[in-house]
Amino acid sequence: MIVEIGHYALVLALAVALVQTALPLWGVVARDPALMATARPAAFASFALVIVAYAALTWAYMVSDFSVLNVASNSHSMKPLVYKISGVWANHEGSMLLWVSILVLFAALVAARASEMPLRLHAAVLGVQGSITAAFLLFVLAASNPFERLLPAPLEGRGLNPILQDPGLAIHPPLLYVGYVGFSIAFSFAVGALIHGRIDAVWARFVRPWTLLAWVFLTVGIAMGSYWAYYELGWGGWWFWDPVENASLMPWLAGTALLHSTLVMEKRDALKVWTILLSILTFSLSLLGTFLVRSGVLTSVHTFASDPARGQFILGILTFFIGGAFALFAWRGPMLKQGGLFAPISREGALVLNNLLLAALTAGVFIGTLYPLALEAWDGSKISVGAPFFDAVTIPIAVPLLLLIPFGTALAWKRGDLLGVAQRMAFAIGLSVLITVGVWAYTRGGPVAAPLGIGLGAWLILGSAAEIVARSTRGAASLGIAFRRAVGLPRSAWGAAVAHAGMGITVIGIAATAWGVENIAKVRVGDALQAGPYEVRLDRTFVRNGPDFRETVASFAVVKDGREIGRIEPGKRIFVAQTMPTSEAGLMTAGVGQVYASIGEFEDDGSVGVRLYWKPLVTLIWIGSVIMALGGLLSMADRRARVAAPVRAAATGAARA
Amino acid sequence: MAMTRKQKRLAVIGGMGAVLGLAAGLVLFSLSDSIVFFYGPTEIAEKGITPGTRLRIGGLVSEGSVKRDDARNVVFKVTDGNKELTVSYKGLLPDLFREGQGVVAEGVLQPGGAFRADSVLAKHDENYMPKEVADTLKKQGHWQDGKEGAK
Repeated sequence: MIVEIGHYALVLALAVALVQTALPLWGVVARDPALMATARPAAFASFALVIVAYAALTWAYMVSDFSVLNVASNSHSMKPLVYKISGVWANHEGSMLLWVSILVLFAALVAARASEMPLRLHAAVLGVQGSITAAFLLFVLAASNPFERLLPAPLEGRGLNPILQDPGLAIHPPLLYVGYVGFSIAFSFAVGALIHGRIDAVWARFVRPWTLLAWVFLTVGIAMGSYWAYYELGWGGWWFWDPVENASLMPWLAGTALLHSTLVMEKRDALKVWTILLSILTFSLSLLGTFLVRSGVLTSVHTFASDPARGQFILGILTFFIGGAFALFAWRGPMLKQGGLFAPISREGALVLNNLLLAALTAGVFIGTLYPLALEAWDGSKISVGAPFFDAVTIPIAVPLLLLIPFGTALAWKRGDLLGVAQRMAFAIGLSVLITVGVWAYTRGGPVAAPLGIGLGAWLILGSAAEIVARSTRGAASLGIAFRRAVGLPRSAWGAAVAHAGMGITVIGIAATAWGVENIAKVRVGDALQAGPYEVRLDRTFVRNGPDFRETVASFAVVKDGREIGRIEPGKRIFVAQTMPTSEAGLMTAGVGQVYASIGEFEDDGSVGVRLYWKPLVTLIWIGSVIMALGGLLSMADRRARVAAPVRAAATGAARA
Repeated sequence: MAMTRKQKRLAVIGGMGAVLGLAAGLVLFSLSDSIVFFYGPTEIAEKGITPGTRLRIGGLVSEGSVKRDDARNVVFKVTDGNKELTVSYKGLLPDLFREGQGVVAEGVLQPGGAFRADSVLAKHDENYMPKEVADTLKKQGHWQDGKEGAK
């Protein structure tokens, strides 16, 4: 019964979403306030209905209602409760329902803040958002209905793919989806503004917090996904340039560019056409990612089901929205008044360069990801484009981009003084060079890339710090005044500094992977292997039972200077519901480095193959990403985003008049 | 820095051109250099691929062909139902590596016609079959569609 209520709510939500599209957009075109006012309640209603549907499916998972096909194929009664709940989105149908839930959540959030926005803009935004919701609800109901019944109901479910039963999976997709889908708001703002016909600095101010929010979640989501792949797939790598990873990286790169271009638009009323284009592009890349992952054109750990009909459906949605948005852009774009040109050496000049380099990076990743698909469709030959391609393309673009970040943040708007900036940054530059040389001398004979990368990371951190210091000490009489001034700096300045420093920390973590040590061997109980500064000894092997699996564990002692400092226990799990085994890596974090082991088959003679790594500084990759996201949050808390009431009131008045 | 409007525009356009040119150059150069083709055992035999070429190969692991010689070396045969290819690999095999199951390996074709892999993947979809391998088997006519339909 509850399942039917959920199904029914979803159908109702589709009807409401259609209303949310048609009435407000009609109102915008006809300038009818009564019609435009329907946007808000419609957004709240579709949110409530989709949440009812989502809750119903979650309930079906929690009570293991195997008469629901989706639950029977993806759950198991012995599964721990937390994995039953996360199991809702660990399959195609459920994850699409989560997608739609986040879509309506964002619409409801925009609706909740409606009083701050001009009515026409707000109605146009919610109308466009409603059309996306309607399209995806139609997809869920017609091509991937999670509420489909299975009669007669089986006694037991088929279980969740074992590698998906993991805490990392429990939180990684929702974070990623909030990011992906969050960019739909920037898209709706762009398309809404094109329909509504007014794009200015105020528009940029409304869009920016939403873009930041999506970006923050996408950043953490990608980092979580990377860490999950690192310890769950057992290959010790943190990024594989897997097409599915690229699918999340592309919107991140475009979204990062969008964050920076809205800054220019907000401050200088320039780059309008480009910002609108980027908003459309960023969400288009999110849609493309959804298509790539969900259509089964790619094989990867993320592809749950391949069904050509679904792929075609999503491709249809993709074509409709991207094509429609670009057609609208081509039609209405020329009416956008261009801001004036500006000096190449200025903050806005630096931000344009940032956008160019980020766009080039996005294009490089895009080509590498889609070229194999295109070539296979063209002449049937199968190729793979892997790490060598992506490294060769992204590193030469990313390094100058990163090098220029501290200069860009230090340049003044309108007319920058490069020499003055260089003087202010002299200390940071000197120290970074010193660190590079120092690290190189200390690790002589090792890979050269590592000290260079660490110098680059240090420069990002020191340069960001130098900017904050310079802004708070300029002309300050005492340390106390400087401190007070630092506290009083706009949150967005702190946000930028923290985010850029976070990037620096990630760069250091990436650079240090060059020092990683890999040791593959066959060991018996009592054997010891070397992993960097540690000795890792196999003490015993044993079998233990989890809630729904049996695990054969190899227990290693990590020894330094004859003293045991920790224990790592990689294992092989066999799940009750599925016969295929999975590897569990064993990890020990020492400082910010990690000792990492995964095991192969146990042989008849009692030996076991082990793959052992020492990864110095590796956790900095993810710590830095989280710091980047914190920087984004700080920026969101900026006064500008909160207190723009006079501007808003004036804009509202103007729109209503 | 007093630049005229024209000079500013030139500087911006020149900068854009330089960045886009650099990106295009990098992409083209890397594409010609670092892509890897995928072939099945029959294609390798028919196409007469020069030894030393970097390839991805795939098929089913032939029954009874897996031999582990000493510590970490593994030799096995990969078949597409028509031809077989000997593959050697040093390292840990993935969890899903089984005789009779699909496998994809990346490595270099040796002068003797054997293949030395530096990575072995037994990635799979729900039917425990890499997509490339399924296509290879289809091409050789050893694929029952009924198997794929079972979901």
